[in-house]
Amino acid sequence: MLYTQKIVLRFSKKTWDKPIVYRLAKDYNLIFNILKASVFPKQESLMVLELSGTEENYHRGIEYLMSKGITVEPIEHDIERDEAVCIHCGACTAVCPTGALSIHRETMEVSFCTEMCVGCELCIKACPVRAMKASF
Amino acid sequence: MGAKKVQKSYEEINERIRKGEAVVVTAEEIIDIVEEKGVVEAAREVDVVTTGTFAPMCSSGAFLNFGHTSPKIKAHRVWLNNVPAYAGLAAVDIYIGATEPAKDDPLNKVYPGSFDYGGGHLIHDLVAGKEVELVVEGYGTHCYPNKLVQMRVTLDDFVDAFLFNPRNAYQNYNCAINLSDKVIYTYMGTLKPQGGNVNYCSAGQLSPLLNDPYYRTIGVGTKIFLGGGEGFVVWSGTQHNPHVPRGANGVVKGPAGTIAVVGDLKGMKPEWLRGGSIQGYGPTMIVGIGIPIPILDEEMARFTAVKDEEIYTQIVDYGVDYPQGVNKSYGEVSYKELKSGQIILNGKEIPTVPLSSYLKAKEIASILKEWIQDGWFTLGVPQKTLPI
Ligand code: SF4
Ligand code: SF4
Repeated sequence: MLYTQKIVLRFSKKTWDKPIVYRLAKDYNLIFNILKASVFPKQESLMVLELSGTEENYHRGIEYLMSKGITVEPIEHDIERDEAVCIHCGACTAVCPTGALSIHRETMEVSFCTEMCVGCELCIKACPVRAMKASF
Repeated sequence: MGAKKVQKSYEEINERIRKGEAVVVTAEEIIDIVEEKGVVEAAREVDVVTTGTFAPMCSSGAFLNFGHTSPKIKAHRVWLNNVPAYAGLAAVDIYIGATEPAKDDPLNKVYPGSFDYGGGHLIHDLVAGKEVELVVEGYGTHCYPNKLVQMRVTLDDFVDAFLFNPRNAYQNYNCAINLSDKVIYTYMGTLKPQGGNVNYCSAGQLSPLLNDPYYRTIGVGTKIFLGGGEGFVVWSGTQHNPHVPRGANGVVKGPAGTIAVVGDLKGMKPEWLRGGSIQGYGPTMIVGIGIPIPILDEEMARFTAVKDEEIYTQIVDYGVDYPQGVNKSYGEVSYKELKSGQIILNGKEIPTVPLSSYLKAKEIASILKEWIQDGWFTLGVPQKTLPI
């Protein structure tokens, strides 16, 4: 049975350039789909992956990633915006890697698109008034 | 400009406001009016232009007098919801600053700190009518023997409570990039390495002081929208600096004028005074300010018709230069470019990020417009304009 999970990978400076993700396919027979990547040479980078394969291979693949010093976090929270709290400043758009938080240029209103959100939670602390919330 | 074709006095305008006859428009609306009819006709028609801004303003805080207890205490150390307040004043007068973190805040020990609660949040909670915990320590004197007071209070329990912000409503501000090679967390928000984003913080064409570039009508005694209530400009703000390069239109091309403002906290609204947490930097307060600008003549009509494409600011590096006190500009951009979502710097497209809410600035300008149209909010005549 196919096992599918969405995960967020955080790379440190040292590991970014290694073709780690490709090893997941080669050595662990996992199908991967890069939903979003913001990889900066020589700094911390972030990648959101959808991984599919057998459950056993999935767990072996995750272990492999962790052994390479990569932080792996499953996406398990739904992110919500408290509309009464949001002041439409736009600060969160600096960190949102997918464009789920974006600005309508005509009105400068900040919109939040749940479908595009990958649950990385970067916006939660970037929002000065704590309008973005993770629900468990 | 030679002899003015239109000349109106504050008294005339206030008379029209009281009669409900004043023509009031926002700093956005005046742009089209001037474009269509020219400055002279616009000045004839329009009496007041309203501006607005809603952004983190760190140099903010409130004076509070918590009233005498029995037995009496001379406050030496004070905490409100665990946030330290300054007590080096008379016995029960204190000042709570917007950026003061709570006593047990881990600060930046785990970087970047989140600064969940501070002075700005406390002021918001008071204005929202919430009960807060007041703890006062005294060292004991003959006249003030009490050494500890602990009580739960609301804004109503304070004898006096007024906002006193020594520096607000900056006339223009730098936009920030980060040319270092790691992410940084600044008061200008999160900045990605190697110029990954550029953050800016001004309401541009709606911003109060950008609509009166030479402070002809803004000074001590100017009546304003402050935190949802009525406030006043009481002095030039700290770091007020009119000697910044200006464009041909008179508009400053970097941070310049500032105002010190005051207003009764008991008349303010929680939605216009919001606690803020700037990741890695500290707590702050997001303050709503709106200033009405009288159209005394055609020059004021021209000033208030300024638009985003005519307002420029400097790109400053917060990765290395700013913290080291290096004053260098990497280029000049207009607010039109900044608001478009990206700018081009050295041939590279960089996404832009606002920190100041344009949407809320517009709402403030509209509320102020209504107040004036309703006839109760008249213009304060400045007794001394800001230094130029
Ligand atoms: S959690 Fe926040 S930052 Fe991450 S994708 Fe969703 S909206 Fe964007
Ligand atoms: S940072 Fe927070 S308040 Fe500002 S637009 Fe984003 S969600 Fe809204």
